[in-house]
Amino acid sequence: MRKQVTVMYAKNEIITKKVLNEQVVLLEIYSPLVAKKAQPGQFIIFRIDEFGERIPLTIADFDREKGSVTIIFQKVGKSTNQLASLSEGDSILDFVGPLGTASHLEGYKKVAVIGGGLGTAIAYPQAKKLNELGAEVHMITGFRNKELIILKEECEKVSNRCVISTDDGSNGNKGFVTDILRQLIEEGNNYDLVIAIGPLPMMKFVALLTKEYGIKTIVSMNPVMIDGTGMCGGCRVTVGGETKFACVDGPDFDGHLVDFDQAIMRQQAFKDKEKQSFEEHICRMEGFKNA
Amino acid sequence: MPNMSNEKVKMPEQKPDIRNKNFMEVALGYTEEMAVEEASRCLNCKNAPCMNGCPVNVKIPQFIDLIRKKDFEGAYKKIKETSALPAICGRVCPQESQCEKYCVRGIKGEAVGIGRLERFAADYFMNNCDGGEEKIVSNGKRVAVVGGGPSGLTCAGDLAKLGYKVTIFEAFHKAGGVLVYGIPEFRLPKAIVEKEINKLKDLGVEIETNVVIGRTLDVKELFEDGFEAVFIGTGAGLPSFMNMPGENLNGVYSANEFLTRINLMKAYKFPEYDTPVSVGKSVAVVGGGNVAMDAARCAKRLGAENVYIVYRRSQEEMPARLEEVHHAKEEGIIFRLLTNPVAVKGDEKGNVTGIECVEMVLGEADASGRRRPVAKENSNFILDVDNVIIAIGQTPNPLVKATTEGLETQKWGGIIVDEATGKTSLDGVYAGGDAVTGAATVILAMGAGKTAAKAIDEYLQNK
Repeated sequence: MRKQVTVMYAKNEIITKKVLNEQVVLLEIYSPLVAKKAQPGQFIIFRIDEFGERIPLTIADFDREKGSVTIIFQKVGKSTNQLASLSEGDSILDFVGPLGTASHLEGYKKVAVIGGGLGTAIAYPQAKKLNELGAEVHMITGFRNKELIILKEECEKVSNRCVISTDDGSNGNKGFVTDILRQLIEEGNNYDLVIAIGPLPMMKFVALLTKEYGIKTIVSMNPVMIDGTGMCGGCRVTVGGETKFACVDGPDFDGHLVDFDQAIMRQQAFKDKEKQSFEEHICRMEGFKNA
Repeated sequence: MPNMSNEKVKMPEQKPDIRNKNFMEVALGYTEEMAVEEASRCLNCKNAPCMNGCPVNVKIPQFIDLIRKKDFEGAYKKIKETSALPAICGRVCPQESQCEKYCVRGIKGEAVGIGRLERFAADYFMNNCDGGEEKIVSNGKRVAVVGGGPSGLTCAGDLAKLGYKVTIFEAFHKAGGVLVYGIPEFRLPKAIVEKEINKLKDLGVEIETNVVIGRTLDVKELFEDGFEAVFIGTGAGLPSFMNMPGENLNGVYSANEFLTRINLMKAYKFPEYDTPVSVGKSVAVVGGGNVAMDAARCAKRLGAENVYIVYRRSQEEMPARLEEVHHAKEEGIIFRLLTNPVAVKGDEKGNVTGIECVEMVLGEADASGRRRPVAKENSNFILDVDNVIIAIGQTPNPLVKATTEGLETQKWGGIIVDEATGKTSLDGVYAGGDAVTGAATVILAMGAGKTAAKAIDEYLQNK
């Protein structure tokens, strides 16, 4: 059926693991079927083992020849901490994708690509693709402090200009991504598109800013979901007054139409349960250590 | 001499106030003695009207006669001649509107418990006989089945028996479709579904999980990969919402999400399993079908004190299986009939606090033949609830349609097929089940899978 190449890796095996900072981990996973079709903007869903949740993560990079897909994630709850504890050579149970609609990046001349924190990992493949398509790319990435900066070289490589800011100024460039974007626009950069990917409040404020200037803005939503194919409706997002499913209609949406306040509210839906799950996980891990 | 009792032999069940706190099966199944006694109620009618009510034409009087003669294995094999998944159908078919509806015994009393007997024969075989299915000679031809639900499993099983090499592509990490994500454990134990699926694997059917056709691969690529025919059984996966204010508040679920969390992801065993589900003190389930009953009964089992079924028509029009309505009532589900929700209310944090409803009255009959509910003026009231579960139906998932050039569908998304064969607008592509009809029943989907398997066989033989 599929072309048989010499398989060097097991199904869903972790080929590479890099700890990007104390919270953020990169995994390159062997999944030739997903790698073959992956496009910037799309995501995968993973499940570590039989007891695991189905967790969506946006694709950070892919290598069709090697048959690998790269994901970059932050350790926030049980599943992401568990995933981060795995090593090269380990495999995970389920890895499905590519899901969602790919970003439409053709036909733009000058684009500002903004990544906030972990969002940089998702903004990067979009910048890379735009660069390949011949657009002039300005990247703006923002982090809380310099220890948390990720993908610096990668972003510099795929952009004509790359500005990295920190909330506390510890990298020598204090400010929010919105301040920098405003400055670049005021300097006379005529962007025909802004892509903003990061925490919901950041995307909300970028969208408010670009609305002032009338610049088309795409944001990437990453809500709670289960199946990723339109079946559960858990990923409902209100866009332009209409309910959309982020998993099939998105995850990219027009930033000027997204109801961010509702999305921020919906993000809290399972916070208590997530905390409970994580705490029990930690207890068990500590239990193992002490045993 | 037939047993002339006007009532079915009673089905042993868990007591309502015990079972509404656990997820174990509600109906416990007949003993051999009970089965023989119930089987002897069948009059063995020559014209077998019951068979006309069965979408897969199970030879009902014949298998019941075998049970009466205590040839339980023979009875199972008789059912198996036409039905792929007897242990499942015996549990989830709406018998009262199919086979049992036409039973002659139903005129004066209760119909013969055909579903219960089917279940008995299947369970007997599973527990006592199993193994040793017939040897199959492969014809070397490959068929792809998209979707591992009832229609796909049936189609795959029938084709495998005919010698085809069948691969099922399933989007989830587990095959079974609605049988694993939708129907709860207490109505259909997952171990039974797994056994039926393992039987398909024994027939040589391969199951590729985590492959989303329309994303990971598309239909065109399946043909390029060497499959000679494709069956699409992708179901009705897209949940409908009411489009009422407040529907995106936290605590509002589609029934699909609620049931998938519980059944497929085993949220009822949280935190042993990682997937959570939040159920408050009071829950409103909107809808009157089997899915609504399942959601309500799950909510009760997860500890909700007050669980309401909010349905805009009266009980007579409810599409749910009679037994499920009966079971739900026994378990303490509160039915708010002739009640239609108009808005979900929430607090400043975005959590559900109630559901605003209006009272309804039944007016003239509509296109479906059911009397149309009309809102009573100034009858609005608020039901205090912490969760709202929307169970008003599903439509076909558009993913395959959107990525398959030339595949014709109805405006509402159903794939257009020739009813007699399941053939779509594309050569070599067949479809069946909810993807064609919109949300219907397991048995109708199985019937469609069967029809398509027969047509695919004819198509490939003549190719």
